[in-house]
Amino acid sequence: MQQVKRLFVTGNQNFSQILLGLVLLITVIVLSLASPFFLTWDNWRNILDQSALQVIIAIGMTFVICTGGIDLSVGSISALSGVCMAVAMHAGVSVELAILLGITAGALVGMSNGWLISQLNLNPFIVTLGTMSVVRGAALIITTGIPIYGFPKAFTWWGNGHIGPLNPPMLIAVFIALLGALVLNKTKLGYYTLALGGNEEALRRSGVAHKVYKLMVYTICGITAALGGLVVTARLNTAEPLAGWMFELDAIAAVVLGGTDMKGGRGSITGTIMACLLLGMLRNGLTILNIPSYYQQLAIGIIILVAIIVSELRLRNAPGHQKNS
Amino acid sequence: MSNQKREPIVRIVHLSKSYGNIKALSNINLEIYSGEILAIFGDNGAGKSTLIKILAGALNADQGTIVVGDKIYSSLSPSKAIRLGISTVYQDLALVDCLDVASNIFLGREPAYAGFFVDKNKMESESRRVLQGLELNIPNLNSPVGLLSGGQRQGVAVARSIFQGGKVIIFDEPTAAMGLQESAKVIKLLQKLREEGMAVVVISHNLHHVFEISDRICVMRHGQIAAICETKNILPNQIVELIMGATNIEAYAAAGV
Repeated sequence: MQQVKRLFVTGNQNFSQILLGLVLLITVIVLSLASPFFLTWDNWRNILDQSALQVIIAIGMTFVICTGGIDLSVGSISALSGVCMAVAMHAGVSVELAILLGITAGALVGMSNGWLISQLNLNPFIVTLGTMSVVRGAALIITTGIPIYGFPKAFTWWGNGHIGPLNPPMLIAVFIALLGALVLNKTKLGYYTLALGGNEEALRRSGVAHKVYKLMVYTICGITAALGGLVVTARLNTAEPLAGWMFELDAIAAVVLGGTDMKGGRGSITGTIMACLLLGMLRNGLTILNIPSYYQQLAIGIIILVAIIVSELRLRNAPGHQKNS
Repeated sequence: MSNQKREPIVRIVHLSKSYGNIKALSNINLEIYSGEILAIFGDNGAGKSTLIKILAGALNADQGTIVVGDKIYSSLSPSKAIRLGISTVYQDLALVDCLDVASNIFLGREPAYAGFFVDKNKMESESRRVLQGLELNIPNLNSPVGLLSGGQRQGVAVARSIFQGGKVIIFDEPTAAMGLQESAKVIKLLQKLREEGMAVVVISHNLHHVFEISDRICVMRHGQIAAICETKNILPNQIVELIMGATNIEAYAAAGV
């Protein structure tokens, strides 16, 4: 009991991931006992395919939340970048260039979020709440509210193609996850991302161009959201101005569930990936077990609340966190 | 007296600063020398913190200049101050609690491959070297600084200032939140820095510590310098009188300088 308590209250950096791994394992065991279909490769392909999209967006969100910020505009950015790609392709632009244009649009929105938040020192919640609406409005205006569909095969490959037993969204997710982990843990940008969340004033007094780094973090989040838009649009062969609805909440839930501190300063890419997998598995499992979707919403909401309560109680007892004022 | 013959490393000339209607500093002139501990002493609201924040580049002055070597500056930014060799150990230490010891010491000047990938091994070995040089014992350089004791945290902040290449190191209330043993350690640390030829500026409330360590004392009162005197030429109760403004300031100033 004492050891359990120690694990619970001391500054064990990997506690959240260990706990999450255990929950993940238990979920796999329970679901595979409940349904013989759960452990089949077809089903797992399905889970990984669904989770891939969430991972891509949640990695960018992890960076933002590590700085103590938030980005509510990711779902709208996904929609806008998909719409940009669609319009470009229908105007005769090549697939590669259209994708590049869509991702640039996402990067620009992320950059303007970052500029407003860092240069004008505005609250990230309010700024991205605003851009969430502005960007969604832009997507609706460009399409006049009507979905655009029918794209070249080279484009839909990004959603439905096959690479061995896997598909492109999974590979994008793996690539983004590896890149994200590398940047967060090994580079100056990663150090400063955490320092922005831990003590921005200390970073400023150390002579670091803290505003530039903050802008970069929101730009990263815009780019990952745009990649999410690529996957959604290619998968459905349709650019839908209302695509990406509630993506922001899924992404935030996964990041927090993965053990990243909403106050910033601590975060884990591994945790985010595990949380995305857990949420994907639960949705899948509850569907296989024929549990109505209303209960799925309820169950997933409760899991997120429990995760926040556990991590919050633990941090409140960790000595390193009390001094942080 | 001997200080007068040397060139000051930093000179503050006619510095003034107001917050709205409140005059925080008026017409401050001060010289800082290498190999010397200068104590800035005064009551709450005397302008000590404002003065060092301007020197550190965290605040801009309304009037006056800062002379470093033969260059004259009307304002500094934090990064410019650091480049000029003026480092500050703030009262709140400005540490990032969630990062480890080495990352804090190198904050803003991490050694990196290709300017991007942080060289963690080099950071740790260099940190260990500096901390050993300061005779500070921090067993685990990988632990977040939030888990360290007050004295260890102070040590990390000092190590960072040294790493920034500071020739002038400013301490804002270094012993304010410390026990006796830890204060004694910090005082030893300041004396070590002086021996190594650095200019040390200490802001303190603790008259006992001021007399124990400083070579000169600059007494501030109501945003002005009440007196600058050599520590050996003045008595503690005279300093108290200066702070209270009870006696003839000019007389002491003349006696001191």
